[in-house]
Amino acid sequence: MWGYYVTLALRSSLRSKALTALVIALLAFGVAACMVSYAVFRATTSDPIPAKSSRLYVPQIDNFGPSPYGDEPPDTLSYTDAIALWRARKASRQTLIFVTKWGVESDNRLIPAMSMSGDAVTADFFAMFDVPFRFGGGWTPNDDTEQATVAVISRRLNEKFFSGQNSVGHEIRLDGKIFRIIGVLDDWNPKPRFFDVSANGRLNAFDDVGDIYIPFTRAIDMKKASRYNNCPSYSTYSEGSGVSSWDKYLRSECVWIDAWVELATPADVERYREYLRNYAGEQQRIGRFSWPPNVRLRKLTDWLAHERVSPKASNLSMLVSASFLLIVLVNVVGLMLARFMRRAPEIGIRRALGASRAAIYRQFLVEGATIGLVGGLCGVVLTLLGLWGIGGFFEPTIARLVHADASLIVLTVLLAMAATVISALYPTWRAAQTQPAWQIKIN
Amino acid sequence: MAFTRTFMQLRPILAALGRHKVATLLIVLQVALTLAVASNALFIVATRIVHLSRPTGTDEARIFVIRNDWKSGQNAAQLDANIRADLVALRHVSGVRDAFSSEAFPLEGGGGIPVGLKLKSDQTTRPKLSLVYLADDHAIDTLGTLLVAGRNFRPDEITAIGPYDKMSAPVIIITRILANKLFPDGSALGRTVYLPDGPTTIIGILASLQGPYAGSTTRSIDEDSVLFPARYLDPEGVVYLVRTHSTSVKPAISAALKALHERGDERLIDPKEGVITLPQARERGYATDRSVSLLMSALCGLLLMATAGGIVGLSSFWVSQRRRQIGIRRSLGATAGDILRYFHAENFLIVSGGIVLGVVLAFLANLALMRIYELPRMPLYVPLLGALLLWLLGQLAVWGPARYAARVPPVVAIRSE
Repeated sequence: MWGYYVTLALRSSLRSKALTALVIALLAFGVAACMVSYAVFRATTSDPIPAKSSRLYVPQIDNFGPSPYGDEPPDTLSYTDAIALWRARKASRQTLIFVTKWGVESDNRLIPAMSMSGDAVTADFFAMFDVPFRFGGGWTPNDDTEQATVAVISRRLNEKFFSGQNSVGHEIRLDGKIFRIIGVLDDWNPKPRFFDVSANGRLNAFDDVGDIYIPFTRAIDMKKASRYNNCPSYSTYSEGSGVSSWDKYLRSECVWIDAWVELATPADVERYREYLRNYAGEQQRIGRFSWPPNVRLRKLTDWLAHERVSPKASNLSMLVSASFLLIVLVNVVGLMLARFMRRAPEIGIRRALGASRAAIYRQFLVEGATIGLVGGLCGVVLTLLGLWGIGGFFEPTIARLVHADASLIVLTVLLAMAATVISALYPTWRAAQTQPAWQIKIN
Repeated sequence: MAFTRTFMQLRPILAALGRHKVATLLIVLQVALTLAVASNALFIVATRIVHLSRPTGTDEARIFVIRNDWKSGQNAAQLDANIRADLVALRHVSGVRDAFSSEAFPLEGGGGIPVGLKLKSDQTTRPKLSLVYLADDHAIDTLGTLLVAGRNFRPDEITAIGPYDKMSAPVIIITRILANKLFPDGSALGRTVYLPDGPTTIIGILASLQGPYAGSTTRSIDEDSVLFPARYLDPEGVVYLVRTHSTSVKPAISAALKALHERGDERLIDPKEGVITLPQARERGYATDRSVSLLMSALCGLLLMATAGGIVGLSSFWVSQRRRQIGIRRSLGATAGDILRYFHAENFLIVSGGIVLGVVLAFLANLALMRIYELPRMPLYVPLLGALLLWLLGQLAVWGPARYAARVPPVVAIRSE
């Protein structure tokens, strides 16, 4: 029976070629626009570390005080607060991060010195973010306290300087200072680059990760300040906010350090939030803050949403494509109505010959689904074309993340079919209302 | 004459539409949604294009930037000597007109030093936030901006500051826009304002100069730039801004890099990212804005085509349904022109209904979007332009089916199908 309905659908499509082609083209374009936007949206909002994201949290402490721009605390921490949180060890793991840039040299004279970036981090960083090692491993908390001159380098840097050999134990010079390589990372490039996103800037959120990781304390000792600092010189009215020396800079309220904590259970999260509130309360008691505790503890996914990591262009195009599909659906309802009403005589005869209303429903919904299937297949072609040309619309860092896969293609076809069947519901109902006697009489 | 004849048809049109309530409603809804979406999308495109074509106030086509990183181990005095010697070398490169050193450059997308300027030393209200370019007496000539009042820095006024030093200088030069914000009465020249670490005198006013935050969100202070007379002794590095004589900057770039390398190897200049021209920086800084406008325009084009397609489809259906009625009208004396006008008038009525609904929807959508994105309120002429476009589109779309209807011969009235 279903096969018969499909045949009927094809036959009627042949009779009104232009109308059918129009419906299929509309569906294909509507669905393809949606799917291309969705592919970008999916790529830019994906969870960078699905296995752990629910346990990773970002603490924020308001050390700027009330501002006319709202009561959101700064995205990063001041050195004072970061160190206090890190020393307190109230979470099962915690790490401090800031972005650094280094002049890198090796003993190999043939390789020219180059400028490379990376992060200064604390020992827990590697375990917290499931960073894979090719050779060696991270450093110990003890190395942190002793400001050890050890470094973890990326696989890319290892290829460049040590032609991919196990370089653990070798030395490299960072800013002229000798560091012992303690670990070499395997391929690791989370997208977005979530762990230092607030310091690195959301426009760079889809850049590759850096190549050099050294102990946070060592970098502080070398006065490698983050270039991405944010000082409250204009948000508080204190005198002499220009920071005139490194020590004063460390003691200042400038914020520039990303902090992360790992918390396993909701109870731990609540406890940690309580700890943050108490910490800020303590700062208020000793007179550092003149405002009540204002702290946040955001989960990784919430944090990325808060930082608005996903590009504006992607969100907007998702919104507009969805509206486009909606308009296409309204359009298709109209065209399907035209198509089905034109066949009132045929319906009348089928009904007179004993077809039930249910049979008419089945026939026309199958017809809708068939058209949807064809529209969906054309949509797949257009989607692939769109993804192929995505580089023309998005920056290279984003365009390279977007790809088609089986689920996208299946989704395209399903969306087209579902959309057509939904738009065919009302026209089908109208068709099923056809009075057989009336139709036969006038013809 | 034609108009009155069209007007006379309004009643039968309305009566006919009443018999196709759902189909009419669908077109109205479709036109309304199209208008709401298209006018908002095109409005976003327009604001983006205005945003990304803002001038920097500099001679962009002839300026390139060298990001010069320092190898470590140099103290402040060595850095200062290096920068001075580099600048002398750069200014002598053939094809180079002038050069200066700074910590940031226009269209960089970040990097400038934000500084609060106060009018009184004991001011307790929020200081005026502005963006500092470190500069010297060659900065104005290098940037190619115009000094509209006052004087340039003198060579002896240029100092050197490190990243953690106090921000104080006896003199500064500011943009006209910042001057007017600080002193709305236009008396900025020669006045004293307060940097975070001390008083300073405004000695010059620039025609315009955009801060380094091209594509980002600091829009309101983008034109509030300050030239601060100092070389930047950051042990990490410095940027050199270089202006060439001709717009083909390539030869000057390689000559400049050669000159710097001959000066000594205490520097690291990234082979890929180390040199950027301002046109390249513009392209990079506004990449997001460009992709938003391109995407929105493409989607709008598709949207309008879809709507036009829908109108063609439904109108053709109506024409084919009414062949008999058209034949009767023709045989009762209606001309082909009457039939043509009937369908155009009908389309005009339906689209107008959609436009009324669409304008309301467009403003609602604009309000919702304003909450999510930084977007100004949409002026009334945007949806009105959209309405005009849709009227036109509707008339064009119905033209084919209407012509087909006009060609229906009177004889179909008596021919049974």
